[in-house]
Amino acid sequence: MAAGKNQSSSKQRPPKILLAKPGIDGHDRGVLVLARAFRDAGMEVLYAGLLPTPEEVIDTAVNEDVDVIAMSLLNGAHLTVFKRVADLMKERGIDDIALVGGGTIPEEDKPALEALGITGNYGPGTPLSTIIEHVRKRAAEAREKKMGQD
Amino acid sequence: MEDHKGFWHSKLREASERNSSSKDESLEKWRKNTLEPWEEKTGYKPREFINSSGIEIKDVYTKSDLPEDQEKFLGLPGEYPFTRGVYPNMYRGKEWTMRMFSGFGTPEDTNARLKYLISHGETGLSIAFDMPTLYAYDCDNKRADGEIGKCGVNVSSLKDMEVIFDGIDLSKVTTSMTINAPAAVLTAMYFSIARKQGLSLDKIGGTVQADILKEYIAQKEWIYPPEAHIRIIRDMMIYCTENVPRWNYISISGYHIREAGSSAVQELAFTLADGFYYVEMGKKAGLDVDQFAPRLSFFFNSSINFFEEIAKMRAARRIWATALKEKYGAKSKRAMMLRFHTQTSGYTLTWQQPHINIVRTAFEGLAAVLGGTQSLHTNSYDEAMALPSEEAVKVALRTQQIIAEETGVTDTVDPLAGSYYVEWLTNRIEEEAYRYFDKIESMGGILEAVKSGYIQREIATTSYRRQKRIEEGKEVMVGANKYVESEEKPINILRIPGEAQERQIKRLNEVKATRDGKRVAETLERLRKAMEDPDKNIMPFLIDAVESYATLEEISNVGREVYGGWKEPIII
Repeated sequence: MAAGKNQSSSKQRPPKILLAKPGIDGHDRGVLVLARAFRDAGMEVLYAGLLPTPEEVIDTAVNEDVDVIAMSLLNGAHLTVFKRVADLMKERGIDDIALVGGGTIPEEDKPALEALGITGNYGPGTPLSTIIEHVRKRAAEAREKKMGQD
Repeated sequence: MEDHKGFWHSKLREASERNSSSKDESLEKWRKNTLEPWEEKTGYKPREFINSSGIEIKDVYTKSDLPEDQEKFLGLPGEYPFTRGVYPNMYRGKEWTMRMFSGFGTPEDTNARLKYLISHGETGLSIAFDMPTLYAYDCDNKRADGEIGKCGVNVSSLKDMEVIFDGIDLSKVTTSMTINAPAAVLTAMYFSIARKQGLSLDKIGGTVQADILKEYIAQKEWIYPPEAHIRIIRDMMIYCTENVPRWNYISISGYHIREAGSSAVQELAFTLADGFYYVEMGKKAGLDVDQFAPRLSFFFNSSINFFEEIAKMRAARRIWATALKEKYGAKSKRAMMLRFHTQTSGYTLTWQQPHINIVRTAFEGLAAVLGGTQSLHTNSYDEAMALPSEEAVKVALRTQQIIAEETGVTDTVDPLAGSYYVEWLTNRIEEEAYRYFDKIESMGGILEAVKSGYIQREIATTSYRRQKRIEEGKEVMVGANKYVESEEKPINILRIPGEAQERQIKRLNEVKATRDGKRVAETLERLRKAMEDPDKNIMPFLIDAVESYATLEEISNVGREVYGGWKEPIII
């Protein structure tokens, strides 16, 4: 059946990741390193560029049918801005795209982000392998959900 | 003079010739008779010794690694080419300025902090702005939600600046404002406050960063396309040279280039290339290089590879002096002197075992002092996680005081001069910088190299290579990839209260309700006309606009309409 065909083709497809800095923040060293690292790890990578709004990030993610939005902020606004992305996704009923965060995120902020479904929340100095493994896991979960909907 | 075609190409050729080391027979003998047997006996396993710039470091350096006329490239302190320092007695005469950068929350918070610092004898104020201010969005813009006061103080209109400087006599302090894209607007606000205090503009002094080239390269905080920002900086340069002689209108910054992932050589080369561009801009605007070049100052990073950083700073002074004299025709010593501020590296700090960052910062600060810095900001140990707490800032300041008053490194000028290794490395870094200048020259200049994305890609490639080396354990970050602890104890960090945003929006609404709307519209219209005419200087129009209480975003929106925005070239 069509569903079965979809399943096998999307199983072969590599994880598709949208990297984004959805705030007013130009610190892009980390996000540029991750773009190359994810690509080298066999993932398909899109980068939303600098200064996208949360709405633009979600639109791109939906149009491109990504598995994960990986967000990075180093300006201390993660609790507001990451949350806005999560809230907008909920409003629009999107549950088959996983949200992953990273940046200068204090330990004590992590539970609040986790509660919004934003996982990872890795700080500077986290091994790339740890981040890649986590993103891959979250991508697989999102892919499962996508297939459930087919 | 500016079209000195191939200037850097010939400098590169000279340097490579000079640096090709002569054969040292006694060293060959030492290798064969002493080193090799020792390595065999001790089971030495060859490994790689390279620094951040990819320069391979040899086992030992001797006189044969230096050119015969090495002395000529050193000079004495306070003399051309200033390799050994810009002042004759350096820290024996006066310590470097310990300038700790700060600013957060509302203008009231910052005003209280400034008054506290002034009451403790500080006269050099330094102000950080939040992200919406840096990108010229007012506090009530939807995009600014959650960002007000987070990374610095918020300024949406002249009213906010009035509060920041309330009760502070601008003739008695100098103010450094870390602002780039909207630097001319903030400068206009500062001048306006001086005028309200009854001061003529030759009585005030200060610095804005306003280095827009490094924004496109590294920090990525711009509003308009490069040419528009460059024109505005040109206007500020001309206006200040004529009216505000103590205003340093550009601080040419390598710090952010390094933090964005460059090597030491890339930081040096791209920063100086930016500097050359500003010199050429001033000359093109008809200004006298001996008059404006002394107003240009630099801002470098001090990272963790000790000797590489020191060599970088020594090379920077030599290259700048050489270029100003030989390429740009400067005659005064002051115009050839590269003076710089240094900040220790934020990137080298780990969130793991944060207290060990104190040690990293101490070494980096020491390198800056041995490199001859004029002022220094030492980072706090908690900065991999947040803005520094008061306790952490105090430790960072004390670190500088220990370097200055306990270690004895300030007892003599440029104590590392004559070290075979340090001089060799200084020469090599200089040569590598020339290689980049040659390349940039062949691409049509730094602006073209930035607009094509070449510079940004060079940095991204270096950054990724370094990250992979860390991943593979070839480079060590203690606590992060070696000597890792299974559990991390949390430390207290600074939190910014949320009410800053509400208070700022309330003030902005009051400003809009009480100002003369007709006057605002008129000043903005005149500003638009000035912006559209490249032969006009926009500074007086900017001052009129801020004095009518047009907001930062309204003023910048005029520019957004005239010049448009900017999307960076694809880097990855």
